[in-house]
Amino acid sequence: MTADRIIFILCAALILASGLMVVITRKLIHAALWLVAALFGVAILYAILQASFLAVVQVVVYIGAIAILFIFAVMLTRREMLDKGAQTRSNWWLPALLGFLILVGLVFLILGQPAFAQPAAALPAGIDTLRSLGTALISPDAYVLPFEVASVLLLAALVGAVYIATGKKE
Amino acid sequence: MLFLNDPITFIAGWMRTLLSGWGLSSGLVTVIIYILGITVLIIFAMALDIMLVWVERKVVARFQDRLGPNRIGPFGLIQPFADIIKLVIKEDITPAGADKLLYNLGPVLAIASVIILWAILPLSSRIFGVDLNVAVLYLVAAGALGTLSIIVGGWASNNKYALLGAFRMVANMVSYEIPMVVVLLIPTILANSMSVQDITVAQSGMWFAILSPLAFIIFLISAIAELGRSPFDLNEAESEIVAGFHIEYTGMKFGLFYAGELLHAFTFGGFIAVLFFGGYGGFFGLENIGFFSWLNNPFVQAVVFLVKAMFGYWVIMWVKYSMPRIRIDHMLAFNWKFLTPLALVVLVNTAVLSKVLIGLPNWGYVLGMFFSNIVIGLITVEILRAYGRKQRKAEANLNPQRAQN
Repeated sequence: MTADRIIFILCAALILASGLMVVITRKLIHAALWLVAALFGVAILYAILQASFLAVVQVVVYIGAIAILFIFAVMLTRREMLDKGAQTRSNWWLPALLGFLILVGLVFLILGQPAFAQPAAALPAGIDTLRSLGTALISPDAYVLPFEVASVLLLAALVGAVYIATGKKE
Repeated sequence: MLFLNDPITFIAGWMRTLLSGWGLSSGLVTVIIYILGITVLIIFAMALDIMLVWVERKVVARFQDRLGPNRIGPFGLIQPFADIIKLVIKEDITPAGADKLLYNLGPVLAIASVIILWAILPLSSRIFGVDLNVAVLYLVAAGALGTLSIIVGGWASNNKYALLGAFRMVANMVSYEIPMVVVLLIPTILANSMSVQDITVAQSGMWFAILSPLAFIIFLISAIAELGRSPFDLNEAESEIVAGFHIEYTGMKFGLFYAGELLHAFTFGGFIAVLFFGGYGGFFGLENIGFFSWLNNPFVQAVVFLVKAMFGYWVIMWVKYSMPRIRIDHMLAFNWKFLTPLALVVLVNTAVLSKVLIGLPNWGYVLGMFFSNIVIGLITVEILRAYGRKQRKAEANLNPQRAQN
């Protein structure tokens, strides 16, 4: 067992455990923090896959912006965000069964892929993934259109947020 | 001689031979060497942190015309150890109604968010943790963890002042992250890389602080805001909310917040040195002349780096102990109405000029960059002056009595 694999197993266990805790913990702020842990685990996965840019962006965007916004919103609400009701319903076994069947189906499909059994080809030496990603994002024969459409969408969201926040001037 | 030229590789190679000689597998040896390396780096940072307590107290004493610690040891050098003993033997109080786990997690995250920055801090060309190709973004990501530590600590304390401090800190850090990210792109454009090693090497001819002085000033301001130091210390404003987010912490838990803040300030001094003052290098080509080739020695470079980082740290302290705290609405208005637009203008200017001036000889490039920044600065000052005059006129029309006095 290589060190990479040990790190992967630990990290996958972290993601799964924190993902589970997000839904079963009773305190809302704990759920938000477990979500941070899960997102951080995903960042580690990216780092193992040598996608350093994605790993760092995952932390900046999901933990630095989205999770902090969650926590901020939770903190601004009532002091004790406790869920005191029962955590399961009488028909809990039905979604559990469905989830299990979907898992089995997915595992079956993935195992059927010939690429699954082969280890990933190593990146050629001297390639700068960051530079390739940057070039791909702005080159016309790659992803420039989705990239620009996404930025226009974000701009529209920004303008809309400013409009809503300003309110009507009387 | 190999040790003097490349100490880390030399020690790693020696340890590898030693551990392999004991019959350990090569994968395990790598893991052990990495863990040891990380431990040594953290110990270095924390040992430096202890001395920073002394530096900070001495410097603030000079600014306030006092002597500072001078009783224990020569120049009070043993003082920080006395402080540590005091903090360790203090009673550790957890307030009633505090969220135990999160309350204890706060200080840990606070110091961790600083320590992880040391992974990318290039002490010299051969002594560094890791040369990430996204180091500049990593700096921003570590800042996000710092924000998280303050939110967690402030919320879990079950204290309204702590919560208020946490709210203020989030408003502060989330806003000042934007000019900081924008301005971090300027060294990236100038060096054509996000790696701190490449940025340092790109400054061997000319510091980026000279190519883009405005970027340096904006980075300094947003770094101080990110640190939560005066004039942006709204999160712990003593006169308003007692001690802010760390009001309930006692003993070494408070000590971790304090140590984290000091080390954070020093680390940002280091990043100012790396991004704008040539880091461990930047001798304007002097190191290529035969007589000065000793400047390329990694130990000399590390000393140069630490001196530059200490200078950046000193500037941050200088600002801290000279400026009064600003009000929260002024803080937000200053960021959104002034700093962010200015940072965007400087970014566009740098991006365009770096392509326009590419054909010119080196001195033309440097002068063009420098004077474009000066022009932007002058225009900014003129706009601010006109705006201030308008404000004063509006004030005078509204209240002629007060304007006469």
